[in-house]
Order: sequence, then structure tokens, then C-alpha cells
Amino acid sequence: MSTHAEAIEHGHGPEAAHEALAHHFDNMEQQREAGALGMWVFIAQEVMFFGGLFLAYLVYRMQYPRAFMAASNHLDWKIGTFNTAVLIASSLTMALAVWATQVGRSRKVQVGFMAATVLLGLVFLGVKAFEYHDKYVDGLIPIAGWFNPHDPIPAGVTTGQYQMFFWLYFAMTGLHALHMIIGVGIIAPIMWMAWRGRFSPEYHGPVENFGLYWHFVDIIWIFLFPLLYLLGAHFKGGH
Amino acid sequence: MSTQTTPEARAQEWRGRFPTVNYLNADYGIKSWLLTKDHKRIGILYLISVTFFFAIGGAYAAAIRLELLTPLGDLMQSHTYNKVFTHHGIMMVFFFLIPSIPTTLGNFLVPMMIGAKDLAFPRINLLSWYIYMVGGALTFAALLFGGVDTGWTFYVPYSTNFSNTYVTLAGLGIFINGFSSILTGLNFIVTVHTMRAPGMTWFRLPLFIWSHYATSLVMILGTPVIAITILLLALERVAHVGIFDPALGGDPVLFQHMFWFYSHPAVYIMVLPGMGVISEIVATHTRKPIFGYSFVAFSSLAIAVFGFLVWGHHLFVSSQSVYAGMIFSLISFVVAIPSAVKVFNWTATMYKGSLSYDTPMLYAYAFIGLFTIGGMTGLFLAALGLDIHVHDTYFVVAHFHYVMVGGQVLAFLGGLHNWWPKMTGRMYPEGWARFAALVIFVGFNLTFFPQFLLGYMGMPRRYHAYPPGEPMWQVLHVMSTGGASILGIGLLIPGVYFIWSMRYGRFAPANPWPATGLEWRTPSPPPTENFAVTPVVTWEAYEYRPVEEMEVVGPGAPDAPAGGQHPANRGVETEEQP
Ligand code: HEM
Ligand SMILES: [Cu+2]
Repeated sequence: MSTHAEAIEHGHGPEAAHEALAHHFDNMEQQREAGALGMWVFIAQEVMFFGGLFLAYLVYRMQYPRAFMAASNHLDWKIGTFNTAVLIASSLTMALAVWATQVGRSRKVQVGFMAATVLLGLVFLGVKAFEYHDKYVDGLIPIAGWFNPHDPIPAGVTTGQYQMFFWLYFAMTGLHALHMIIGVGIIAPIMWMAWRGRFSPEYHGPVENFGLYWHFVDIIWIFLFPLLYLLGAHFKGGH
Repeated sequence: MSTQTTPEARAQEWRGRFPTVNYLNADYGIKSWLLTKDHKRIGILYLISVTFFFAIGGAYAAAIRLELLTPLGDLMQSHTYNKVFTHHGIMMVFFFLIPSIPTTLGNFLVPMMIGAKDLAFPRINLLSWYIYMVGGALTFAALLFGGVDTGWTFYVPYSTNFSNTYVTLAGLGIFINGFSSILTGLNFIVTVHTMRAPGMTWFRLPLFIWSHYATSLVMILGTPVIAITILLLALERVAHVGIFDPALGGDPVLFQHMFWFYSHPAVYIMVLPGMGVISEIVATHTRKPIFGYSFVAFSSLAIAVFGFLVWGHHLFVSSQSVYAGMIFSLISFVVAIPSAVKVFNWTATMYKGSLSYDTPMLYAYAFIGLFTIGGMTGLFLAALGLDIHVHDTYFVVAHFHYVMVGGQVLAFLGGLHNWWPKMTGRMYPEGWARFAALVIFVGFNLTFFPQFLLGYMGMPRRYHAYPPGEPMWQVLHVMSTGGASILGIGLLIPGVYFIWSMRYGRFAPANPWPATGLEWRTPSPPPTENFAVTPVVTWEAYEYRPVEEMEVVGPGAPDAPAGGQHPANRGVETEEQP
């Protein structure tokens, strides 16, 4: 029964169906469209997921502006800027990887760009880990009983309000970092497929969709960076 | 069967029970089910699982009703009672009602109704079932280990600072389960956009598809918010970061805002699919096109959009500003309009239609009446002043059971009857089914109508005892418990005859009602890829002909062969003429 259907569905053109075409799609175009739309819908979902944290940030930032500015000074904007640059560069290499598969560059070029993306992602994560460690040293881990800032807290700001900033910092950057780690996990098999020469101008959906995901994760950071790092810049030295 | 024992022979026997090769007998064995990527089989897996969780939720409901039979808290301690109503709510809302129609009928029908071979992402579809099972297992484990006592709403600070029950584990299960909803919604949206058969334009889509599309939007945009909310709750509970704790500068009302930002839209996840089912049933069983198709279609989208703007009506007494309360109240009244549009359009469709009394239609009648009561009392609650009186009373309990049980559960049952012939290839016994529908209707009203009165008189929800000095209260509670017993029996009957029919029911023709949808233009049960030939759609949705005309020229929908051959008697082989 299904072979009959297949014969009618895929057999009409002179060329045989592409090997990557799943049985329930009519053609590659439909399959590509479905994949891309699926990723966009997923991203919409992600926006709402992060949205909860952005809402919490907004609420407490409005309530405790002084505490947030003072606490923000504990973050090093130079390191943050460096990491922002690293992440934007990784977006560029990812875009180039997509381009390489779209125009059918050799698999070495494809894998090369993807490897560069992974590398930059790992640099970002390494720097992040270093920053987290710094917070630990300064007693800024926002868990009840652990939170014990070594530097004095400015007048008029309670420890609780101060801690509020740091758990938001950890929750937001932590969730972001988790997305990057997952991203690295997803790109690994895609690189393997690229190495095996699976991608071509006709079929490169996985690379393209992963690219969308990666750019989305970058954009989240573009919002996190000013909200968390640059908040207290003009109050520098105020504490 | 008794002498045949090899798997091969059993497979042979299994195949012999169907007249055609179809999705049920194309493959054999437990593995072929657990690893299936066929949307129809996944729908069946979900059907079994949601029924399981429904039964568990039902058992807790029975315990609640038993306790309330008498004024004194004599059956269980208050602490146990807290757990019982919490377990009831969690099981019913997160593991039954939210997945109920979309994952079973939706999974089964969405691709078939639009003329596709499967959902866009079959593997993700299967994954969603596994995620659902893992989430369900974790939450169920939390209940078995000792339970949760926070209510299904998990309000802080009780849930974070005081309750010493398994809040985190149950929350984890619900968190995980959320992703199954998200994946289902994602799959539906992409499928409806990209997989429609040639000629199946947006305005030829069955209204079932529109309502599932709207549901999917809510699933995609709402579920992640509850996910992050539960994550924060767990963070607060485990690490005590202070987000919801006033002692550390946090705000407990923020939790309520975030919770209801999802959970109000979620009540539409719990009713929109049912509305889609009712639209199909009403058109089919009155043999008329739906009155005002595009109004009904867009009202689904309107509900999905406005549903996101009314969450504050749950916070009228939670220190929300009066002005916010007024605006939320106003928008809550607005959101009732699209629901009313549907009710009016169904009624107008029935007007001068050939009304049938087949079981699916009985459920549709019940739905329309009960949903109207549920929706109208929603407006009572959305009225600022009145809500202060009835908030957290049985009035609210009655309200949401009218929409959730009188609405979604009855629509689910109606839909199961309507598409049972398609899903299993067998007819259910009509007489028993009508009887059960009647029992359920009576039982339901007897259970929940007295609760409106109780609530109005001041009976609070979530209490396991009430003053013996109020004679009316016990009378009403006894009525409610009696009704619940009838409802319980009524729900068991379909359970029995559905299973019976899978073996002994009459073979179903391809199109028993007969209906115009694409899902009826393929054998019952359908083959694995649904259609032998991808259908080409050249007609509008619901081109029904009245019965008299149908007897002469066929049931409607242009490609049905004209001339006296009644489709119900037609052999399955002739169904595939393009
Ligand atoms: C016609 C539109 C509706 C309106 C205006 C409305 C209004 C309300 C209001 C104001 C409340 C809060 C009452 C209180 O706690 O004091 C409420 C509670 C509730 N409603 Fe509705 N409702 C509507 C439809 C629905 C539907 C369709 C469902 C479900 C399918 C539903 C399910 C619920 C539930 C579960 C609660 C109780 C939540 C809790 O546990 O506190 N409602 N409704
Ligand atoms: Cu609501």
C-alpha cells in the first residue's frame, strides 16, 4: 500500500526523490519550509521562556534601582564586552557555515566554520565560568546562608535587595549558558553529518535551523549584557 | 487463538480481525507501538495514557466527595484532605485535561483532516509522548511517596517556605510535562502551515483545525511561562534565593501573576479543542454547513489572543491595584464574546437542520448548554464586587467544572464516539452509548449545580468540614456526592463498551455518519499513510446536503459519486476515487 503511494508521490518527475526526503513530505521544499517554521515557533517559545526572567528583572529593577546599580558594579564590563565580541564573532562563523552549505562549499570549509563556532562558544563559556568563580570568591552566591558580600553594601540597600540582583544575574546568565551548552551538543552531530558530506545546496536544513537557534541565543545575550553589566556604569565608584 | 502461540501466528490472527491492511495491523508487537512514528498510533498511546491519569484523578475526586458527605471531617484528617484535592487537581489539569483532546483526537485527526500523511515532525511527536510519560511518572511518584498539599496552584509562600511535602518533585514532573505540550503545539502549527493537501486553503479547513491551531498558539506562548515559573519556585524552595520571599525583598504576588499568565490561557487550552470537536459534530449531525464559518474560525484566534490579557481576574483579592482589577474585569467580559459567538453560531447551525440524536450529537447538545452556564458564571466571577463574595468558594469550583467537565470532557467523549469508527474500524453500541450520555448528563448536573448554591451561601473551597448547624449545606453536599456517584458510573459505561466494541462491534464503514471531512474519505481504520492518493480538495468545508437531498444525490462534497449509493453502504475500495 505504501509503495503504491510512494510510486505516485515521488515517481512523477524524472529525478528520483532525494535520499534525505522523509516519507511524509511531498518534496524537499516542503520539508525545508516545515523545518524552518518549526525552528521559528520553537524560538517564539524560547522568548516566552526567558520572558519570565526578564519580567522578574523588570519588577525588581523598578523596585530597587539603587541596589541594582550598586550590585551591577560588581560585574566587570570589560570582561562582558570581550564576551559579547566573542559571541558576535561566533554568530558570524555560524552564518558563514550556513552559507558554505547553501552554496555547496567543500565539507572542509563547512566543518571548519562550524568548528570555529564551537570554539568561540567554548571561549565564552570558559570566561563565564571564570566570572562565576570570581563571584564565589567575593561571597556573592545568592543562596540563603551563602550570600556574604565581602565588600560593604551601600547605605539604604538591604542584603536581600542586593542578593536579588545576583540571583537574577545567575539565573539569566545561567539559563543562557545552558542554551549554549545544549547548542554545542546539537552542533556536534551536525558537524559529523557535514563531514560525511551530507549537506548540499538541496539539503542543508539542519545547518540552517541550528544557525537560527545559535543567533537567537546570541541575541539573548545582547539583551543581558547591558541589563546586567552596564547598569551601574555611570555610578562607577559610587559604592 | 488457543492453539496458536508463535508470535507470527498471533500477528496473523491479529491481522485477520480487520478487513483491510491499516495502521493498526500494518505492524505487530509492543515494539511496533512504542517506537511508532505514525501519528495515529501515537494518538492511541496518548489515549491510553490520558485515560489512566483520568482514572487516578477520578479516584481522588471520589475521596473528596466521600469526605464532604458529612459535615465533620471524619473520613480523613485535614492534612490528608489537602493532599487529596491537590492530587485531584494536578492529575486532572496537567495530565488529563490539557493533553486530552489535542494529543488524542488532535494527533489522530489533524493530519487526516488536512490531507497529509503525518504530522510535520513524527519523531518529535513520539518524543512528546515520552516526555509526557516521564513527567507523569515523576509527578505520580511524588504522589506515591507522600504527596503534595499546596493545591494545584502552588501558591507561595506556602509552597516555598512552609509545605514539607513533595512540591519540588511534583513541580519537576509538571515542568517536564510542559515540554510535551509545547512540542505538540509546535507540530500542529507547522503541520497546518506546510502540510495541507492541494486545494485545502485556510478557509476550507475544518473548524477543528482552526481551534487546534489557536490551542497550539496558547501552548507555544503560555507553557514556557509556567515552565520558568515552576523553575523559579523550585529555585526558591531549594536554594531560597528570595524571589518570592518578602523577608528578602521578594514579592509573593509576582508568583500569582506569572502562574495565571499561563494558567488563564491554559483554561482555553482546556476548552478550545472541545469547541473544535463540537463544531464538527454539530455540522455533521445537523447536515448543515456551520453558520458563520469565518466568525467561528476567528473567534478561536480571538480567544487565544484575549485569553492572554485577563489573568488578573484571579487576583482581585490579592493586593492587585483597583484600577488593574477594573481593567482585567473589563477584558474578561470581552473574552466572553468570542465564546458566545461560537454558542450562537452552533445554535444557528442547528436551526432548521436535520437534528440527529446520535450519541456524538447528544454530547454536543450537553456541551452547548453546560458551557453556556459555565461561561456565564465566569462573568459573575469577573465582576469585581461579586467576586469578592464568591472568590475561593464552591461557586468557583462549580464554574470551572461546568466549563472543564461539562465542556471539555463531554466534548472529548462526543469526539471519541464520533471518530471511534475511524480510529478502530468498529462501531460502538448506539443504545448503550445514548444511555451512558444521559447518565453522565444527569450525574454531572446533580454533582455540580448544588455547588453553585453552596458557594453562594459561603461554603469555602478546599475545606474538609463545614458547620453541621447549616442544614441546607449538608443536603446540597449529599446531592453533590450522589451526583458524583452517578457521574462515575456513567463514565465507566463507555469504558466498558469501547473496549467491548474493539472486538465485537460491527465493522465500521469508511463514512458512517456520513460526513464531508477528508478523514472520512479513506477506509476505517485508515492505512498507515492515511490516503492511498493525496486528495485534491475542490470543495468548501461542510458542504452538507440535507438528508432528503442526500438520499438522491449522495451526502455532499462534490467528489462523492452522485446517485443513490448511500455512502454508509459503500465498500471501502471505492472511497479512493480522486
Ligand atoms: C467565559 C469566559 C470565562 C470567564 C470570564 C472566567 C472567569 C473566571 C474568574 C473571574 C475566575 C476567578 C474566580 C475566583 O477565583 O474568584 C475563574 C476561575 C476559574 N476558571 Fe474561569 N472564566 C471563563 C472561562 C473558563 C473556562 C473556559 C475554563 C476552563 C476550561 C475556566 C476555568 C477556570 C478555573 C480552573 C478557575 C479556578 C482557578 C483556581 O483554581 O483558582 N474558566 N474564571
Ligand atoms: Cu481565568
